[in-house]
Amino acid sequence: MTPPPLTPTNHRKVQLSHITTHSLQDLRQQAAVAAKVFIQRDYTNGTVCQFQTKFPSELETRIDKQQFEETVRTLNNLYAEAEKLGGQSYLEGCLACLTAYTVFLCMETHYEKVLKKIAKYIQEQNDKIYAPRGLLLTDPIERGLRVIEVTLFEDRSLGR
Amino acid sequence: MKSCEYQQIDPRTLAASHPSAQRCAGQSIAQRSRRKWEVFPGKNRFYCDGRIILARQSGVLPLTLGLIVVTCGLFFAFDCPFLVEHLTVFIPVIGGVLFVFVVVSLLQTSLTDPGILPRATPDEAADVERQIDTSGSSSYRPPPRTREIVIREQVVKLKYCFTCKMFRPPRTSHCSLCDNCVERFDHHCPWVGNCVGRRNYRFFYSFIISLSFLTSFIFGCVITHLTLQLVICFFSIWSVMGLSGFHTYLVASNLTTNEDIKGSWSSKRGAADSVNPYSHNSVFTNCCVTLCGPMPPSLIDRRGSVPPDDPSAAAAPELELPPFMAKSDTRMSPKDLLERVVRTSDLCLLCPPATPKTTPQGQGVSAAPDPPSSCSSSSSPSAPGCWERQAPCPPMAAPCHPYGRDTKRASLHSINPAFRLASPSPMLSHTPLVVGDAANFAIIPPH
Repeated sequence: MTPPPLTPTNHRKVQLSHITTHSLQDLRQQAAVAAKVFIQRDYTNGTVCQFQTKFPSELETRIDKQQFEETVRTLNNLYAEAEKLGGQSYLEGCLACLTAYTVFLCMETHYEKVLKKIAKYIQEQNDKIYAPRGLLLTDPIERGLRVIEVTLFEDRSLGR
Repeated sequence: MKSCEYQQIDPRTLAASHPSAQRCAGQSIAQRSRRKWEVFPGKNRFYCDGRIILARQSGVLPLTLGLIVVTCGLFFAFDCPFLVEHLTVFIPVIGGVLFVFVVVSLLQTSLTDPGILPRATPDEAADVERQIDTSGSSSYRPPPRTREIVIREQVVKLKYCFTCKMFRPPRTSHCSLCDNCVERFDHHCPWVGNCVGRRNYRFFYSFIISLSFLTSFIFGCVITHLTLQLVICFFSIWSVMGLSGFHTYLVASNLTTNEDIKGSWSSKRGAADSVNPYSHNSVFTNCCVTLCGPMPPSLIDRRGSVPPDDPSAAAAPELELPPFMAKSDTRMSPKDLLERVVRTSDLCLLCPPATPKTTPQGQGVSAAPDPPSSCSSSSSPSAPGCWERQAPCPPMAAPCHPYGRDTKRASLHSINPAFRLASPSPMLSHTPLVVGDAANFAIIPPH
């Protein structure tokens, strides 16, 4: 299937049709990995899970700086919510302590609930924003909460 | 596998690399999918299909369990009938509840992932290498790498872990016995047969507190009954209560045993008084945070499946021999080293179960500076405590402890199959260390 000649008007259409006809898996099969960028952790506030919001130079040609920083900031807020020390977490902790922590066998922890939210958010961001630009965010939990891995795919289909 | 070679290639995927290989991999997923615990590079043992994790050397865990069970058994058999008759029927009830609490906490401490950090993927490791690589040629190893960051106006040094190929987050240390980096590393406890770190510190703390209560309770009952158990109880109380007191102090100041021994946040030689940047400056808040804070998830995803495009999962184990590690760890002067060694050996004599004939890694006394992670010399006078060198014990066959968490974790990942397939790691260098080669390593104290 040869792509139609690109003009500014149908450029977007090509991108969107790309997403509707191919899943992320196909995207990977059709494109080769050009590079990987790793967003490291930001430890200035201690050991809480936060990622650096500094925009990496490799992504300058691919995505808007504001957009990217917004994504990282939202992720940071979600992780802060997971590790928040407040009434609910203390209650969960005390209840767990009283039952000799056996309550975790039946109950999902607050952290795990937020991790699910994060996974959904990342998938949504990938579908809407990153995949059309040939980028893919990897959920940090798959990298031990150490880095956000951004995979850059070669833009073959867009003729670059 | 043979049928893959003759499968018609879809012209759409001609441009992509290895389309048929991917199809083959897809088909063979069902045949030989493995869980991540099967290819886990650290020195851990897994039971119940990855639900239970133990250190390779279970230390004196069987002894701990045995002591608790035997002492309580004797108590219930001999003292309870007498005391039920003369006092109240609640004596065995309270004893029973405490005993159950102690055993459950102990098992949770031993069988839980202490907060192991998974090793860096090759891409990550290459990225880190690129960032710190200056002009060094490839023929020699570059000098030990550190990175300085500022946390709440305190300068903290992050060290590079040669085994896990990443800069260790703050408060993380590499345990040489388990060969893993553990978050908020406290110590490796031989009594419990596992590291004590971020995820199981609260279990450990509840274990020693409940054990203190149990031993005091039994002691109190036994004084009433005046039997020979007095002697064993007295010694246990003194050590266990001492340890509980020490850990209560640590919890209240949001410190780890490791940091306390190394004096990370007390007045260092030559530097001004440093303040612990992780403390919330309130005893109550520190206690709440450490014991009742949100329960962090396990990062090693033991029961996840190994991604299909991962040829090295079946590859022969590579040996990571970092001779450099020993050099990078000698920060102390020889005089300090000798001093600590002497103090350590004194304390070692107090601790009956661990004899020097123990371990293959027992050369720690003369080689690397082992003491920073060994007995808590300065703070607790009598705690036999938990320290690195101990007798290797035969593997413990633990009963099945199905943690619902892991099945939930599996379902969490099954929501996003796209990510699983879409994370292109051409090669994951897993380095499962062969046990025999452990003898060649000097003890590397966690840093």
